[in-house]
Order: sequence, then structure tokens, then C-alpha cells
Amino acid sequence: MVAAETRTSRTLGAANEEPVARFASVNKNYGNVRALADFNFEVRAGELVALLGPNGAGKTTAIRLLLGLAKPNSGRLSVFGGDPASGETHVRVGAMMQVGRVPETLKVREHVDLFSSYYPNPLPISETLAIAGLQELKDRKFGALSDGQKQRVLFALAICGNPDLLFLDEPTVGLDVEARHLLWNEIRSLLRRGKTVVLTTHYLEEADALADRIAVINKGRIIAQGSPADIKSRTAGKKIRCLTELPLDVIRRMEGVMDVQADRGAVVIQAAKAEGVLRQLLQLDPEVSEIEVSSAGLDEAFLALTREDGARA
Amino acid sequence: MATTATAVAPVPLRRPNLIAICLKEAKYEFLKCLRFPMYSVSTLVFPLMFYVLFGLVMGNQTIGNIRTTVYLIPAYGTFGVMGASLFGTAAGLASERGLGWLQVKRASPMPLVAYFLAKVVMSLIFSTIDVSALMLLGITFGGVHLPALTAAKLLGILVAGSIPFCAMGLGIGYLATPNSAPAVINLFYLPMSFCAGLWMPYQFLPHFVQRIALLLPPYHLSQLAFNVVGAGQGGPMAIHWQTLAGFTLICLGVAWVGHQRDQKANG
Repeated sequence: MVAAETRTSRTLGAANEEPVARFASVNKNYGNVRALADFNFEVRAGELVALLGPNGAGKTTAIRLLLGLAKPNSGRLSVFGGDPASGETHVRVGAMMQVGRVPETLKVREHVDLFSSYYPNPLPISETLAIAGLQELKDRKFGALSDGQKQRVLFALAICGNPDLLFLDEPTVGLDVEARHLLWNEIRSLLRRGKTVVLTTHYLEEADALADRIAVINKGRIIAQGSPADIKSRTAGKKIRCLTELPLDVIRRMEGVMDVQADRGAVVIQAAKAEGVLRQLLQLDPEVSEIEVSSAGLDEAFLALTREDGARA
Repeated sequence: MATTATAVAPVPLRRPNLIAICLKEAKYEFLKCLRFPMYSVSTLVFPLMFYVLFGLVMGNQTIGNIRTTVYLIPAYGTFGVMGASLFGTAAGLASERGLGWLQVKRASPMPLVAYFLAKVVMSLIFSTIDVSALMLLGITFGGVHLPALTAAKLLGILVAGSIPFCAMGLGIGYLATPNSAPAVINLFYLPMSFCAGLWMPYQFLPHFVQRIALLLPPYHLSQLAFNVVGAGQGGPMAIHWQTLAGFTLICLGVAWVGHQRDQKANG
């Protein structure tokens, strides 16, 4: 008993200090393509961290390395303090990967039953189906499911082994809004169960809705890291569209303006904050009209961050 | 004392049993294929249909001094086993490799051996069904008399003969793409069946084809099966077993090279 208690407290202590997964100066090349460059990153116990970046940024490569499906060219990589490819690591990990085709003639329950059998302490099948919202579809063949339902089956396969660490690689890509929100709720329920989750996405909105921490990746490097609020303030500026007689140069010199462009007779202004720029606009041109303010899309956000990245380098 | 020790000992982590995983994997591999008509119908129906047409309907003829209804059981049995094994392994492997499903499985703690064993066991089951159905058709409608021991021997040899073709299927599965796999399989399957004398008795084949037949695994498997019903070319049986064993090893080698190539490309 005493021995068991000591071990438990040591494990808990370790969980506070030791990261669940760690990249230390990892480089990964595919042929001449550099997928990850001097990649340093840690995943802490109990957090949901989002790897956010455009397609080809290296997000999936990072997940594949953490799953032991690929090996780094250099640098060190550990999951639960051990080799990501080892069997001991794999039974503590679940993964939702992007997949072209899943065997379509097996039923939902059968897929879950099979994957559960790989793990030493799986959830009861009924519980897995309940968490993934699949009870009513359990006897449906995979091929007869909608895209959103298919993603939920892949999600069920990731969680059925009751793993401590989950990798969700672009879990909601291609889903409609409703299906996306359903899956988000399921992902949130994992965090309440104390799981650690690494999520990749190219939707800022998704990272913002789910993550405790966001790492923005571009061209195999982490270019920004922080809480969703941090990242948004750095990336998601405002876009102001209006009709004005003011020359572009004048607008460009205004305080807080990041970029200005003429667009079909109107002017589009990128700004970190809209209010100050609007005040200056109205002052200099009382005739300004048709003002629209919107959040900068992710494209603009990435542009802003990569420009920053380029300026630093 | 002993009871106390047991109670205090830490509860060991329940490790999943490798055999249990393999059995479950095989069960679902079987269900997966059974429900896929392109596999189940074509591997079961074609050999049986040929037997009905050329054995039962044409009826009452002989090849050498063997009745066609008897002769065609080892012939179409070999044909059926070959189809069940090649399609059972190669088609699934090529598609699951190429379209990401194998990667999903490898990201899980599934032992890789279970994945391959399941495909082999599934092929063995379909081969057993194929050969049993042929014998049942022959006995019921073709007036074939097969003593239990002969039937068991024929079934055992043909089902064991599935293994070289499973190995070949794994090789093809590693070299072909998801789209090309069915075509590549047929490119081997159909000409090999013809040249090995499965559609037309060996003695009626043109000379140069007979020479080719000696190089083909289905010829050697069919000779082992023909021998059971006294319809073979004669000669020692060991050479057929050895050829099939060698062929199996070569195919496993090709599959291993393909596996390494995949690892390198993905890893």
C-alpha cells in the first residue's frame, strides 16, 4: 500500500514538471523538402494545444513523429518520457488521422470493438459510442455514414482505448458547421476527463474555440505561441472597407494602419484595432461612407505573422 | 500467508492477448470481405459456376480415364484457392496502404503481425469454403464418390496451397497502387490459371505452354491435388512442395522489400 502511494504521488509530481511530449531541436526532411526545421515544442499534461497553420506547414508531420510513424532526421523527441514508436507509448495514445478510405463494409460497433481490443484498459464499447454520439448508428455500415458521422467514428477509434494523450489531425476538415460543433463538444468533453489533446487545424476559429494554447506553424517552424487571446491580438486584426476620397498614402501614414489597398473603387485597410483608425478617418474625411468592419481572416492573420517572422529573421 | 501476498501485490496491467487480437482481426477481416460482393461473389461464384457449366452440365465425359466431374474438383479448387488468396490479400493491402487506413492502424497499438495474419486466415477460410462447396456439388449432383479420407486430403492440400498465393498477394499488395491492384492481380491470376492447366487439362496444352506451366506455382499445387484423385502427371510429389515453399519465400522477400520501401518513403 505504502509503496503504491509513493508511486502515485511521484507520478503526479512528474506530471506537473515533465511535459507529456517534447520536441527538442527536431529536424525532419522529406527528400529536399524541409517539413520541420529546428522544431522545439512541449505538450503539458491536461492541456489542449492546437498546432495552427496552413496546409503543408508541417502540422501532420509533427503528429506523425509523435506517433512514431516517422523518424526525425535529427533532434530528440519523446512521448511520456519514452520512444514514441514503442508499444508502451502506443497503448497510452489515441490518434485521429486523415484517411482516404476506411473499410466500408464493417459496422460502426465492429470498428470500435476491434480497435478497443488493441488496448489494455479500453472504455466499454457502449461508453465509447456514447461519447462519440454514435449509439444510434452502431449497426450502420461505415460506408453508409455521412461525412460528419464518419469523422465521429474515427474520433471513437481514437478514444476507445481510454488513452491519456490524444492526437487529432484536422478533425473537422470538410465538415459542415453543425457537424463541426458536435465534434467540438466531444473534444471538450475529453478535457473534462483530464486528457491531454494535441489538435492540428488550419481554422483559427477552431483553435480559438478549443485550445488552451496555440502554436502557429509556418514552413516547419513555430512562428508564434501563446493563449488564443495572445495569438488573436497578434494576428486577427480588423479589416475596414469604406468609400473615401483620401489618397492611399495618407491612410497608410495613419496610426495603427498595417496595410491599405484599393479594391473596386473602395479602400480596404488592415489595422490592429479598428477604433483608432476609424476616428482618424472620420476626422480627415467627414464624407467617408459605406464603412464595413470585419475581423481579418486567417489568410490575413498568417500574412501578418509570416511578415513578422520574415522581419525578425 | 499466500492469500495476503496476492492481495497486496500490485495489480498487473491487463495486457491484451496477442492471439485474441489476431482472432478478432481475422473475424472482422472475414466479415469485411464477405460483405464485399466484388470479393465474395467473384471468388466463390466463379469456380463453382465453371464447375457447374463444364463439369455438371457437360457431364459424363472423361479426361484420360478420370471423369470430368472428378477431374475438375482439383482444377477449379486450385483456381478458387488462388483467387481467394490473391484478392484476399493484395487488393486490401494495396488500398489500405495507399489510402491511409494502414497508417491509422499503425498509429494504434495493433501488433502488425495481426494485420497480416488476419488476411491470411481470411483467405484460408474462403479457400476452405470454395473447395468444400466444389466437393459438395460434385458429390451431390455429379455422382462423384470421394471417400472421407480422400476428401480430407484434397481439402487439406488445397487450403494449405493458399499460403503461397497469400505470400504472392502480399508482394503484389506492396508493389501495386489502390487503383492498379485489381488489374495487376488479374494479370497474374488469369494467364497463370490457363497456362497451369486449370481451365484446360495439362496434356491438351500446346508444348511451349506445358514448359511454362512447370514454372508456375498453380501447376505445382494442382499436381498435388490431382495426385489425390489419381489424375496427376505422376512423378515424385516432393518437387511440387519444394517449388511452392521456394515460391512462398521469394514472395515474402518481395513483400518485405516493399514494406521497407514504404517505411522509408513515409518514415
